[in-house]
Amino acid sequence: MEAVDPIVNHLTVFVLAIFVGYHVVWTVTPALHTPLMSVTNAISGIIIVGAMLAAGPQPIDWGTVLGFIAVVLASVNVFGGFLVTQRMLEMFRKKDKKAGH
Amino acid sequence: MSENQVALAYLVASVFFILSLKGLSSPLNARRGNLFGIIGMAIAVLTTLSVTRNWMLIVLGIAAGGTVGAVVARRIQMTAMPELVAAMHSLVGMAAVLIAFAAVHNPGAYGILTADGVIPRGNRLELFIGTFVGAITFSGSVIAFGKLSGRIRSAPVVFAGQHWINLALAVVMIAFGVAFMFNQSWTPFAIMTAIAFVLGVLIIIPIGGADMPVVISMLNSYSGWAAAGIGFSLNNPMLIISGSLVGSSGAILSYIMCKAMNRSFFNVILGGFGGGDGSAAAGDAVQKNYRSGSPEDAAFLMANAESVVIVPGYGLAVARAQHAVKEMAEKLHHKGVNVRFAIHPVAGRMPGHMNVLLAEAEIPYDQVFEMEAINNEFPTTDVVLVLGANDVVNPAANVPGSPIYGMPILEVHKARTVLVVKRSMAAGYAGLDNDLFYMDKTMMVFGDAKKVVEEVVKAI
Repeated sequence: MEAVDPIVNHLTVFVLAIFVGYHVVWTVTPALHTPLMSVTNAISGIIIVGAMLAAGPQPIDWGTVLGFIAVVLASVNVFGGFLVTQRMLEMFRKKDKKAGH
Repeated sequence: MSENQVALAYLVASVFFILSLKGLSSPLNARRGNLFGIIGMAIAVLTTLSVTRNWMLIVLGIAAGGTVGAVVARRIQMTAMPELVAAMHSLVGMAAVLIAFAAVHNPGAYGILTADGVIPRGNRLELFIGTFVGAITFSGSVIAFGKLSGRIRSAPVVFAGQHWINLALAVVMIAFGVAFMFNQSWTPFAIMTAIAFVLGVLIIIPIGGADMPVVISMLNSYSGWAAAGIGFSLNNPMLIISGSLVGSSGAILSYIMCKAMNRSFFNVILGGFGGGDGSAAAGDAVQKNYRSGSPEDAAFLMANAESVVIVPGYGLAVARAQHAVKEMAEKLHHKGVNVRFAIHPVAGRMPGHMNVLLAEAEIPYDQVFEMEAINNEFPTTDVVLVLGANDVVNPAANVPGSPIYGMPILEVHKARTVLVVKRSMAAGYAGLDNDLFYMDKTMMVFGDAKKVVEEVVKAI
């Protein structure tokens, strides 16, 4: 029996991930849609994985340099995204959390 | 690490990402959700470090980019969140393009080189898709950033035949992409990418400023698909899974925004709608009467009411009035008034924008209600204060034949008294006059939202 083409495995993972994403995101409360956008922005910084692989090859040539630039760009998203999400989420509080009123 | 260990580590990281999104189901779990996201990313990055080289270079890159990201995140004003998000999407798009070019340049380094010395056809197709989505995301997000930050005029840029030109460009781009797929060579790949960059600009410029919630959500989605496309190209499931989570999220947000405007996605994307900022309202030349009053009048009405609902709109964001509003709500509360906030899904320039501004002003989130939750309360509300919102409270949406017919609105016209704070009688984004302003129960208070609210605070 022949082995499955990797693209089919990838397609399987792709479709299932979309289903999971669909169901999970519908449970996000509308009040948190902006933090949702900033955290998914941070998660899309996962492209840093591809960038790190691109920056890996030795000796260093222009492909490696492109990868390095991509690492820098993706890092802005990762750090910026998670930190700004953190900052926003700290702002959401209920009345009873405040001392007196 | 072995290939299997890497794959398992990526799986763990993916699970953390899913848990991260789940955490956003309520403000109570949300901070933990963010932490899960950070853990997932750390696992993915460390795992990848163990299978790549040039560590010094990479760590330097992470430090450089990370510092910029951290500084921006610390300093950014909440009113500028839409621009920030748009700018960050552009970075992911560009990263995808750069990685794709590096991969085509040296496919052997990623294990995607066949014995014939070319990239497998399937991977070439995926590189084509990942690159064009990344390029469109980049240039489209740059334009979105420009419109949101006021550097580019937010009114739609339309010209004759533009949809045909865009369609023709898309067809040509796809042709070059397919050519690359059949015969690996730099020329079609580079041309395809260049056209994609141009297309990104052309598809965003016809979209008006207040439709930006849909545009940013759409670009959020595209940045996810770009990452997934690179994941396919490099045979990396981590990128595929994470990219798909982000892609689905953006798609759902786009859908929610379109439903909240009762316009189809295509209607929004094809653009040309809106741009009524500042111009006189189209329609009848009949002079309609409206009542106008001072902030002191408004203060009197609200202080003596039992229930007040505040409706914030983009005008509040522009005026940076959220802290003054908090003071006003607090003072009213001390006088025994029940103060609540009503948020329309497309108020502001991005989904959830108003909620974040109110949270920043330390307004407890249990005083803030979404449209469906509060719409039935308006008939029993004494006073509604509309701050810089227009189309979302326009009763014309209930009138068949109106351009905004069918759009869900906040039914503030059913309240007992309505106060509308605006800078002038100019039409809102949809270019329509708003009958709410001319009702007997409505009093207009003209001025900048922040100044008016500050005057109200003094008078209560």
